[in-house]
Amino acid sequence: MPDYLFVGKSIPRTIEADKVTGKAVYINDLRRPGMLYGKILYSTHAHARIKRIDASKARRLQGVRAVLTGRDIPDVRVGFLKDQTVLKKDVVRQFRDEVAAVAAITPEIAEEALSLIEVEYEPLPAVFDPIEAMKEGAPLVHETDARGRPVKSNILPLPWKFSVGDMEQARKEAAFVTKDHVSTTWVNQCCMGTSGCVAEFDQSNNLTLYSPTNVIFGHIGRISEYFSRIGLAGKKIRVVNPVVGGSFGTKLDTDIYEFIAIQLALNTRKPVKILFDREEEFRALPPRQPAVFTIEQGCDREGRLVFRHCEAVLDNGAYTSWGATTPSVMIMPMSSLYRVPNVYFKATCVYTNNIYAQAMRGYGNPQATFAVETSMDSLAEAAGIDPAEFRLINRNQPGDETPMNLKITSCGLEECIRAVKERLQWDEKKKARQKTRGLGMASLIHVAGGARVTKSDGHGIMVKLDEFGHVDVIESGTDQGQGSPTVISQIVAEALGVRPEDVFITFGDTALALWDAGTHASRHTFMAGNAALIACAKAKRQILDMAVDIIPKIVKLNFKRMKRKDPGFAEPDLDYGLIADPEDLDIRDRMIFPKKEPDHPYFRVPISDILRNGLHVGIGESRVVAAEAFYDPPTEMLNREMKGNLSMTYAFGTTGVEVEVDEETGDVRILNLVAAHDVGKAMNPTLLLGQIYGAGYTGVGYGLTEEIKVRNGRVMNPSFRDYQMLTAMDVVPIEPVIVEPDDKDGPYGAKGVGEPGLVPTAPAIANAVYDAIGVRIRDLPITPEKILTALKQKKGGMNV
Amino acid sequence: MKKVSVSFTLNGDPVTADVPVTWTLLKTLREYFELTGAKEGCGVGECGACTVLVDGKAVNSCLYPIPEVEGRSVTTIEGIAEKDGTLHPIQKAFLENNGVQCGFCTSGMIMSAKALLDQNPDPSEEDIRKSIAGNFCRCTGYVQIVESIQMAAKLKE
Repeated sequence: MPDYLFVGKSIPRTIEADKVTGKAVYINDLRRPGMLYGKILYSTHAHARIKRIDASKARRLQGVRAVLTGRDIPDVRVGFLKDQTVLKKDVVRQFRDEVAAVAAITPEIAEEALSLIEVEYEPLPAVFDPIEAMKEGAPLVHETDARGRPVKSNILPLPWKFSVGDMEQARKEAAFVTKDHVSTTWVNQCCMGTSGCVAEFDQSNNLTLYSPTNVIFGHIGRISEYFSRIGLAGKKIRVVNPVVGGSFGTKLDTDIYEFIAIQLALNTRKPVKILFDREEEFRALPPRQPAVFTIEQGCDREGRLVFRHCEAVLDNGAYTSWGATTPSVMIMPMSSLYRVPNVYFKATCVYTNNIYAQAMRGYGNPQATFAVETSMDSLAEAAGIDPAEFRLINRNQPGDETPMNLKITSCGLEECIRAVKERLQWDEKKKARQKTRGLGMASLIHVAGGARVTKSDGHGIMVKLDEFGHVDVIESGTDQGQGSPTVISQIVAEALGVRPEDVFITFGDTALALWDAGTHASRHTFMAGNAALIACAKAKRQILDMAVDIIPKIVKLNFKRMKRKDPGFAEPDLDYGLIADPEDLDIRDRMIFPKKEPDHPYFRVPISDILRNGLHVGIGESRVVAAEAFYDPPTEMLNREMKGNLSMTYAFGTTGVEVEVDEETGDVRILNLVAAHDVGKAMNPTLLLGQIYGAGYTGVGYGLTEEIKVRNGRVMNPSFRDYQMLTAMDVVPIEPVIVEPDDKDGPYGAKGVGEPGLVPTAPAIANAVYDAIGVRIRDLPITPEKILTALKQKKGGMNV
Repeated sequence: MKKVSVSFTLNGDPVTADVPVTWTLLKTLREYFELTGAKEGCGVGECGACTVLVDGKAVNSCLYPIPEVEGRSVTTIEGIAEKDGTLHPIQKAFLENNGVQCGFCTSGMIMSAKALLDQNPDPSEEDIRKSIAGNFCRCTGYVQIVESIQMAAKLKE
């Protein structure tokens, strides 16, 4: 084990001290001179024709600077399938459709102006159930596609299909087969900081957008495309992150409100801020979408999986954002969670007049893993094998190549399953069963070494040192609270030989940073870490090159001084060969020294001495230390068959849960939750635990309480009071287990861990509930009502 | 808009605010005094991101009418570190033990914790959880927040 000074240590988040003193500036707090406040008028119908909009009263209100409707801005299509415009002119297709926007000198005036806009609608037939929407004759959400060609169906033209092996033969070979129908619901990301941005143009129409996006360069791409259609082609766009109050997938796409802020700023020639309130956050931000799965699996007599067959239908809502692409991630657990040779998966995304969907922590993985792990439990039971043993039999192993062509390098799944068994006293408790108590587990696979979802999965970083030994790092990624400032400073400090407190990191500014595919897919530590290692190696070499020249000069100058003080001073006979080659030198904890004699009395020199002496020399000789790196790993994009090794490495983990179910009330109490995660190497154990606790908690909410209730397209519970996010009073005893197989491609062995903790939590709970009371809840969340209903049906002799 | 002149103590200093009578304490802090540490996470007293202390008690400043502040003492997240910048033990503990992630709930969380620890220097885990029951957090699962408050209680001893 190398002797690291900072990597692997629980360095505190001191670098983020502004967050505990109220100094950190979030989008909520950002104010620019002359800034106006934008507000959005939303549709009051799920599907309707706009017959008339009269904004004249709003325009006359004192303090209003602009009122825009769909008729006032260019008719430009945006979104993943270019299926909506920024403001809707003729037809609204969901309750959150943006029909008008106002900019005013205060938010209150803007709000008042909205109430003065008159909109007359003619309701159209709407469709809210994706299964109904697929049927012939269902009302069409869109009459035409992006090019204006008529469409016949609400099914999105996205053929998410994956097929490997011989399904027919596999079915014949299977000794046991089970089939489950499972479903998941809408959940909100619930960032504590609500969404918002400030758009500001300079005199030449170059845009600065202060936005909490986690894909700053993706933002530029989408906005520049928009610009090219509104006569602003070629204008410079700069995206700058404020401090970000949570992300969890919400900041992956450029949202409609951001385009609206841009239009208002362009129209008023003033900076314009749009800031959502909590109700908007629930009503008008794309959440995780619902999905229904029909999953069949078969195994042989020994319990080895023979096939997995699954069809899914996703309620896409009225427009496409990244939610429509979540099946690309679902294919990963469907094809590659556990060893399974024959796989068929098909996902159909369907337009409805519901709110449309986005990404959320885990992308489609939590939904798909709920299906797979529910099915794993059913099949284990059918085969008469203990569910933990069943998973061990089918576990992924290092060196595997999965049907999706994922190359599994490091893989701690076996250790994770065994750790969960041991910590939960699985075997003992299974033998000595207690009524209404039960155990369940579920595992996960997720990308953990980048995710090549666009042609480049690159990540840029720049490192420069000043003459005092301070290190400025210009990071292309973003910081949404995951702890990257601390972890990246640890990596940089370790790699350069300084201390974490010497490192100052700038995140999220496209004008400064190189390029990055986005701080998504649990990729930041892996990608930024690897990029930092390359840049730091270059910078370190520059410092050592200087040191070779400068150390002898410093030593000789010192001797000269000493002689001046003490004429009797005898210059020691030094072996300058120790420091003749940069290869012979190293830097650690701010000191440069010869590798062969680290404690050399004369050749051990502070790094700042070298940097200062290197800079303040003279014409033609002064040197600065700066280096950049662009790390783009040798991975593959998914091909047409949806195969490809899209990540350098994969995360594995297992969550095990012990629950107690109250059969009178239907309440589920989690007695213990063990979350074992293969993280490669824990860069900062305390911060790592924070990711596991946080994701685990969100997973418990997904499993037991959280649901956006959407009735006929309308969000019925747009508040924290009615949307049941867990609070500090919901005690979940989470016990993390860190498994560290040291990944050969990870920076210091690390893999990504941001999303995994959420993924297996809900199915582990569902499986534990089944173990406890013998009813399987296949529809999230597992509410007391569902449990009581299922128990009643069971007593009535119905099969559940 | 009818204005009101309200005099009170803010982070130890006597102040007067001349603001519309309908303003809340949160809006006054953020807009008039430019103290933006207290956040609006919901605006209806459900999430606790706006928590400040009024006469030592944790309140949702987004619901607190500004006229009610007359003559009282208000403490915000900006007012709990030492004048020389030395952090309050709760602030230190939150950094030390990863009680902060995105940080949006942190100001409110710390102020609720301060109200608790000022009253009860040796709280049980349940006391701590009750004190932050109205402070929502999406990042942490509360575990390391609770641990941070426990650590702060020890640091204060």
